[in-house]
Amino acid sequence: MTDQTSGADLLTTADGKSLKSSLNRALRRQKIRALMLIAPLLLFILISFIAPIFDMLLRSVENQIVPDTIPRTIEALEEWDADTGEAPSEEVFAAFYTDLAIAEEYKTHTRLGSRLNYEKTGISSMFRSTGRRVGRFDTDAYTDGFTDADAAFADPAQWAAWMADDAVRASLPLTTDAYDAWALLTVEENNDIPAEEDPADFVYTALYRDLMNGNTAAAMPAVDVSAWEPVVISEQFIDANDGWADPEVWATIKTYGGTYTSGYFLNSVDLQLTPDGVETRPEDERIYITLFIRTIVLSILITGSCILLGYPIAYLLANLPLRSANVLMILVLLPFWTSLLVRTSAWKVLLQNQGVINDILVWIGIVADDNRLELINNATGTIIAMTHILLPFMILPLYSVMKTINPSYVRAAKSMGATDWTAFWRVYFPNSIPGIGAGSILVFILAIGYYITPELVGGTKGVFISNRIAYHISSSLNWGLAAALGSILLVLVLALYWLYDRLVGIDNVKLGG
Amino acid sequence: MKLTKTLLATSALTVAAGAAMAEGHMASDMTLVSWGGAYQSSQINAYSDPYLAMNDGVSIVWDESSAEAVAKLRAMAESGNITWDLVDVEAADAIRLCDEGLAMEIDHDEMLAAGDDGSSASDDFGDSIISDCFIPQIVFSTTVGYRTDMVGDTAPESICAIFDTDAYPGKRALNKRPLANMEWALLCDGVAKDEIYDVLATEEGQDQAFAKLDTIKDDVIWWTAAAETPQLLADGEIVMGSTYNGRLFAAIAEQDQPIGMLWDAQMLDFDGWVIPADLPEDRLARVMDFVSFATDTQRLADQAAYISYGPARASSAPLVGTHATLGIEMAPHMPTDPANSQNVFVTQYDFWADYRDDLDAKFQAWLAQ
Repeated sequence: MTDQTSGADLLTTADGKSLKSSLNRALRRQKIRALMLIAPLLLFILISFIAPIFDMLLRSVENQIVPDTIPRTIEALEEWDADTGEAPSEEVFAAFYTDLAIAEEYKTHTRLGSRLNYEKTGISSMFRSTGRRVGRFDTDAYTDGFTDADAAFADPAQWAAWMADDAVRASLPLTTDAYDAWALLTVEENNDIPAEEDPADFVYTALYRDLMNGNTAAAMPAVDVSAWEPVVISEQFIDANDGWADPEVWATIKTYGGTYTSGYFLNSVDLQLTPDGVETRPEDERIYITLFIRTIVLSILITGSCILLGYPIAYLLANLPLRSANVLMILVLLPFWTSLLVRTSAWKVLLQNQGVINDILVWIGIVADDNRLELINNATGTIIAMTHILLPFMILPLYSVMKTINPSYVRAAKSMGATDWTAFWRVYFPNSIPGIGAGSILVFILAIGYYITPELVGGTKGVFISNRIAYHISSSLNWGLAAALGSILLVLVLALYWLYDRLVGIDNVKLGG
Repeated sequence: MKLTKTLLATSALTVAAGAAMAEGHMASDMTLVSWGGAYQSSQINAYSDPYLAMNDGVSIVWDESSAEAVAKLRAMAESGNITWDLVDVEAADAIRLCDEGLAMEIDHDEMLAAGDDGSSASDDFGDSIISDCFIPQIVFSTTVGYRTDMVGDTAPESICAIFDTDAYPGKRALNKRPLANMEWALLCDGVAKDEIYDVLATEEGQDQAFAKLDTIKDDVIWWTAAAETPQLLADGEIVMGSTYNGRLFAAIAEQDQPIGMLWDAQMLDFDGWVIPADLPEDRLARVMDFVSFATDTQRLADQAAYISYGPARASSAPLVGTHATLGIEMAPHMPTDPANSQNVFVTQYDFWADYRDDLDAKFQAWLAQ
């Protein structure tokens, strides 16, 4: 190898460079050209397909909304131990009061409530009802207390001056934090100037807490707050909604306080995260494992019935004279020219209780009129309609593979004494397996992610996991769970593909030729 | 400290910029979102066609996405590109959008036309203003229709016929969401009408409602589009089913189907417009101009000539006339007509705004099991 390399140095092109580097350069240019040719498509797919999917999948672990909306509460909750079985301390409630009062102004508290409701039903209504009350908490007693004690506390400009003073800021941490948040809110939400607006109640409450903690600022008028009647903030919350006294609610908030969460993925497999670790969900909330299993089982059944129905047709197509085969081929392709929705709706008319199929069966006398077959709004409906819709995807690869099977093989088998069946089963069928493989992969992968047909004919017992994903995307707005379910579905398909490769071998799959 | 100082400085600019924007011109394009079907046609006939006739050069695009309005508005707000100008939603969705800051708050008296009888807009709309963001249009009701030829000699008179599979065997169609179903279940399980929402707020009450629904679970076809029930009734697939009263009116009066109307315990509900939050000034100006026109007394009364939903303004009621093509009196077909509203169930929006997430999650899990 080294000899050859040093030897190659001796070979030079006309411009004196080594042959090897010239060749490399020429090849590189070719590669770049090839890359440039596919660049538009690659960019298009990257920007419009891969990136959004990746962004969507990220939502399955993203949990920014909790620490973003109630940062003070999450910090204060670190001290609290869920195992005590008691609601957190007044400190936590006070921090939560500031967070919620701000979130209510930004209107993000309802979204946070919806987020936490995914983990513990009932929290959404707590956030919504308390959100309406938080502006009317009795903490305005503190506001009145301060403004009565000294008029300077009622002067917005004076507040702005204090809060621009580094000494005040250093000595009153809670007040500074609350005032900054309030000032940002005033500008962002109300387009007002903080120096002209009265600070909100929660700013005064923060000042009260600072003073009670023994922090004072020299620049501010001294107020003795220790004699004031304290407003118990936890009572205010429990008064607005008694759910806040439940330590489980706080445990949920604490458990899901991180920037990233495994909650959506656990939820996708009917588990939940609790302070004591991962547990199975209550029985009435377990649905996803059932749905995943149902999706796979029905998809396998649909693929199986496509093989059973498609194989004879493909065989016929491949062995008829070209003229009649073409006519049949048009019949196979005809459904492609009709909208999917129309085909599915047509099945509704055929399959329903008073539908064509049941009418015919009753007329023949196979079923009684008062005991008509349930062919729709259940798994049967899904299997029938989807088999019909996916059948062409089985027939076409089968047909193109069968077309390439040399008829002389079967003739040779027969000439050596094989019966029709042996010739077919031992010679023809093994040759057509690559077509079955290709058709099965196509049909199965299409079926496992199918949405519209199960939605229309599946009722409640014949719907797939994709219908739940669609529900979470467009109705419940639980995009995190939808993303987690989607990710699992994607991994499942890839795993099945890998398994298929190991069992059948992907080299054995042919789409034709 | 820097933060506060910067804030104090920049806020002055923001306020100045806001004032400068107020003087703007109106955009000439508008995208309106509605439910499609007969309802949207009634809006086109009563609102947008007359508006376009009065305003040259304006064009209106209709989008039929109201059913997914909340999800789509949220996605638009996240991507920062709001393409809709005015969205027709149900009351409960309006509250949800308002709560999440996705819809603009409205000053009804200032932004909408006063009633023809001189009453202010907020008095004229009255109770139908269920949210600060909501511009009411119509009163509709979720009610039950039944096949007159499949119920035997005794036509159902009570809502509890839904749960009575002995007297009325056959399939029923119900909405694939908790709204209305939960209330009816409790009502027919013996809970007094005025206590239903208190009961439904408790876990035991919810279990009670699900237990009642369990008794007919195998006999129910769940619909997601309101047009499904009239279709299923016409096909004879179901013996009875819930849907919106306008859909049943169309099947009975316009298509002459053998369908009867069960007004008992009809769930009164409102439908109206919301304006997406943070629209650019010129588009907002156009929308306000349109919505003020489209919700005035005459326009709301006009709409009732095309569909049997009651106008949300009190002042529109006396102007309700006859059907545009059939020529029949529309008043007796309105959910608010005295003969129909002997036993009315008024949907409590505060309750549903608070408990929708909780009950939706439970209901969907219950359905899937």
